[in-house]
Amino acid sequence: MDYTSGSAENIYVPDAVQRAAKILVVGHFAVGKTTLIGTLSEITPLRTEERMTQASAHIDDLRGAPDKVTTTVALDFGRLTLSDELVLYLFGTPGQQRFVELWEDMARGSLGALLLVDPARLADTFPVIDLVETYGLEYAVAVNSFDPYSRHAEDELREALDLLPDTPVVYCDARDEKSSAQALIHLVQHLLARVA
Amino acid sequence: MTTPGEEQAVSSGFIRSYVITGGRGLPDAEGLSLVTLVTIAPDRQQPPNPSPEVRAIWELCSGGYLSVAEVAGHLELPVGVARLLLNDLADQGHLMRRKAPPPAQLVDRKILEEVLHGLHVRFG
Ligand SMILES: Nc1nc2c(ncn2[C@@H]2O[C@H](COP(=O)(O)OP(=O)(O)OP(=O)(O)O)[C@@H](O)[C@H]2O)c(=O)[nH]1
Ligand SMILES: [Mg+2]
Repeated sequence: MDYTSGSAENIYVPDAVQRAAKILVVGHFAVGKTTLIGTLSEITPLRTEERMTQASAHIDDLRGAPDKVTTTVALDFGRLTLSDELVLYLFGTPGQQRFVELWEDMARGSLGALLLVDPARLADTFPVIDLVETYGLEYAVAVNSFDPYSRHAEDELREALDLLPDTPVVYCDARDEKSSAQALIHLVQHLLARVA
Repeated sequence: MTTPGEEQAVSSGFIRSYVITGGRGLPDAEGLSLVTLVTIAPDRQQPPNPSPEVRAIWELCSGGYLSVAEVAGHLELPVGVARLLLNDLADQGHLMRRKAPPPAQLVDRKILEEVLHGLHVRFG
């Protein structure tokens, strides 16, 4: 395959780029993670799978527990070139508790997390918040409201999710570029305030 | 080793990556992170008799810098397998990488400011 010619998009990071940053897009099942990444990414979002350490142990060890090897999880991610020398990767990370090693890997080196929340399914967000906090990730809440008429009052939502007063809550439509970018901007402003 | 019957209990995806990596365990994330940017160094000769996966990585990564995650994504390899094969190429001196990002605890203001500025420029 020739990746450098042809009419397809140029897949490579611009030559001058020296650094890559990473932000996680987290949330429960079907909350809009993939949609938001696709909306913001400059490349066609990619998928890969991450496999747990147990699953990559010697094959003999797995004989008694063949189900372990099926513990794989699909990650999707996109890329944004933010300056001549910096690219940002957005990684969609599922909120399932059992993928602890995946979370360690994802959290390492992350600037923070954008936590997508569907106000109609708030209970599904609790375990995700637990994970985000367990791994010491700073986060902002982006309410991806599927039903425009059911906007939870921010106070109710804060109370239901037991958020710290300074955790940003922003409404967002993951299908809309401006709106998704705004959510990301709120997150980064929050991260900056935390290191100040 | 295992009998064919036992192998069937294991997913084909696992067998495939087991074969690709020569049965070695996958390395942890210490060396190459998901977003470490890598490329094949100029003027290097591809190792003799490369596996199809190594050949694919070589072709892909000769064109410019990509993150480890992107290499895995483009080649439809699990991240751990791509990482191991890239580590091998690094050990053999074939791989160049950009400086890795700092761990979360050391996130410096400067990167956050650059990210914020970049988002504002890009999205108005
Ligand atoms: N109405 C509406 N639909 C949305 C919005 N965001 C996402 N969707 C739809 O919701 C569905 C799930 O979105 P995904 O982006 O696949 O969600 P996800 O979090 O990646 O889901 P998993 O990876 O399966 O956990 C898709 O059909 C989207 O088109 C939104 O803001 N409003
Ligand atoms: Mg998804």
